[in-house]
Amino acid sequence: MKKPRINSDIIDIRNLHTRYGKAVVHEDVSLTVRSGEIFSLVGGSGCGKSTLLRAVIMLLHPVSGSIRVFGQEVIGLSEENALPLRRRWGVMFERAALFSSLTVAENVAMVLREHTHLSAALINEVVALKIALTGLPADAGAKYPNELSGGMRKRAALARAIALDPELLFLDEPTAGLDPLSASGIDELVKSLRDVLGLTIMMVTHDLDLLWRTADRVAVLDRGHILGIGSMTELSKLDHPLVREYFYGPRGRAASEQAWKKK
Amino acid sequence: MTTIQIASLEIETDTAAEPASVTVRCAGAWTVLGVAPVEQRLGALSFPLARKLAFDVSAITTLDSAGAWLLHRTIHALEQRGITIQINGLKSEFNTLLKLIATHAGTAELPEPIKIGLLAGIGQQAWRNLLGFSGMLAFIGESSIAFLRSLGRPHRIRWRPILHNLQTAGFEALPIVGLLSFLMGVVIAYQGADQLQRFGANIFIADLVGLSMLRELSPLLTAIIVAGRSGSAYAAQIGTMKISEEIDALRTIGIGPQELLVQPKIIALVIALPLLTVYADVAGVLGGMLMANSMLDISYRVFLDRLEDALSLSSFLTGIIKAPVFAVIIALVGCFQGFQVSGGADSVGRQTTVSVVQSIFLVIVADALFSVIFNWLDL
Repeated sequence: MKKPRINSDIIDIRNLHTRYGKAVVHEDVSLTVRSGEIFSLVGGSGCGKSTLLRAVIMLLHPVSGSIRVFGQEVIGLSEENALPLRRRWGVMFERAALFSSLTVAENVAMVLREHTHLSAALINEVVALKIALTGLPADAGAKYPNELSGGMRKRAALARAIALDPELLFLDEPTAGLDPLSASGIDELVKSLRDVLGLTIMMVTHDLDLLWRTADRVAVLDRGHILGIGSMTELSKLDHPLVREYFYGPRGRAASEQAWKKK
Repeated sequence: MTTIQIASLEIETDTAAEPASVTVRCAGAWTVLGVAPVEQRLGALSFPLARKLAFDVSAITTLDSAGAWLLHRTIHALEQRGITIQINGLKSEFNTLLKLIATHAGTAELPEPIKIGLLAGIGQQAWRNLLGFSGMLAFIGESSIAFLRSLGRPHRIRWRPILHNLQTAGFEALPIVGLLSFLMGVVIAYQGADQLQRFGANIFIADLVGLSMLRELSPLLTAIIVAGRSGSAYAAQIGTMKISEEIDALRTIGIGPQELLVQPKIIALVIALPLLTVYADVAGVLGGMLMANSMLDISYRVFLDRLEDALSLSSFLTGIIKAPVFAVIIALVGCFQGFQVSGGADSVGRQTTVSVVQSIFLVIVADALFSVIFNWLDL
């Protein structure tokens, strides 16, 4: 859905506290995601990136704080009121989470059948289009998820996530477990989705190449706190030992050099 | 609640102009939620037979890929008929989307689903069954070899999982097995009491309950309960492990899945099922005894005296001897069906169901075979 790009906040998280049992995951986390940007959460394993994502998409109930998506508070929202919101966003899970009893095409069609009144023929056409948009070959639609490779499964999951043309897309580790070639394909895909469909994207990733190439703004999380928010260039100038380690470790440096060469 | 905006499409014919010009006006929200009415209209609509059509899309407020597809499809179909299309008022951001859709339209086609004829379907099903049967035979062979091998190296037998399985499949089944056989004893006594009373043969209630429970019902009942409780659990556990590649991981570490997953289950069940059967015998007779006392006024003492005369050691043993065989059937079928899982969650559910149905079926078949054999042997 193409809309004039206003610098309004799509997601607004304030003073968020979350807990898993006794372990504190987030302490006083605040951040905003603006319309039309690619926002990324980074940090070491177990720093609470995915948990934050799960809190925003209402899979997890925080202890306190506020999360507003499209201006609506999502904490404590009833299932009934959550439905219109859920229709406006798409989620791609780390391990694809495709329904294994359905083919790829059926996986995508299911969302459309559930939420629209389109005819079966048009649904099939839209499904085929979505599958083509994500760069899958046409015959992938008839296959079951377990017949696909990891990279194709991710693309299929992305096709399902954009089935309803959401305004907001959540990606959990979109490139994890992919070979560099497939991963750079995903980079391009994420960018073109934002540029052409005008999506706002919030993602969690470890992939420094993906970050340098696509992310507009990045938040670095560590042990439940935000160490810094900004563009990759801004963050790489930040003087925090962990952030420096992250960006100037051997892998970080290679990725940033790559990115500079590209620019 | 936000109101859902709807897309619209109108055809205007301007007869004043020469030649008559036709304009198709598209307006509103051409989105996945809004295009349904337009799509329905398009089905019934016939475009006028003009050489040239103008599409005025300036009033489209929002356009997403579903709407863009519908627009593209409509225009493309008209162009195929040799009509020249002119698009007016297309916003630049919509233009990029339309172009993207057009570039992918060529490849965007779902393959036709493969249809299977009746005969081919029967053939495939028969072939699958045959494969399943040979797979089962291979699995039995594999388990036997693994068993013989570990007999040669008894220190390799894994006691911890055996004990764990004894606990879950044996000890934890005590309440349900006890309750159900107790009720079974009550029911048999209740049904028999009426008939026996008519012939004044009250005391034979002990024979009836004792023999039927010990020889047939309690082994069968226990096996069916365990098949439902543990056989299904085996299939689901191994199936899930197979999906998450845990079985492959075991193999690469150098631990045979047979050794770790199948053998302990078989051994534990072979120990647990006969014990459960004895327990079920006691509970069933207890139920019958209670019923005999309350309906036929047969005191517990008299009942037990009669039971002693009615039951020989062989009737007890004919019941108990079946239990290990049933145990092997249940454990083998459960594990085998677990290994048959492929794909996803759906398959786990299917194989779990198959494991329960198959093991109960095989248990009853085996029971029938035992009856025939015992009949030959005059037991």
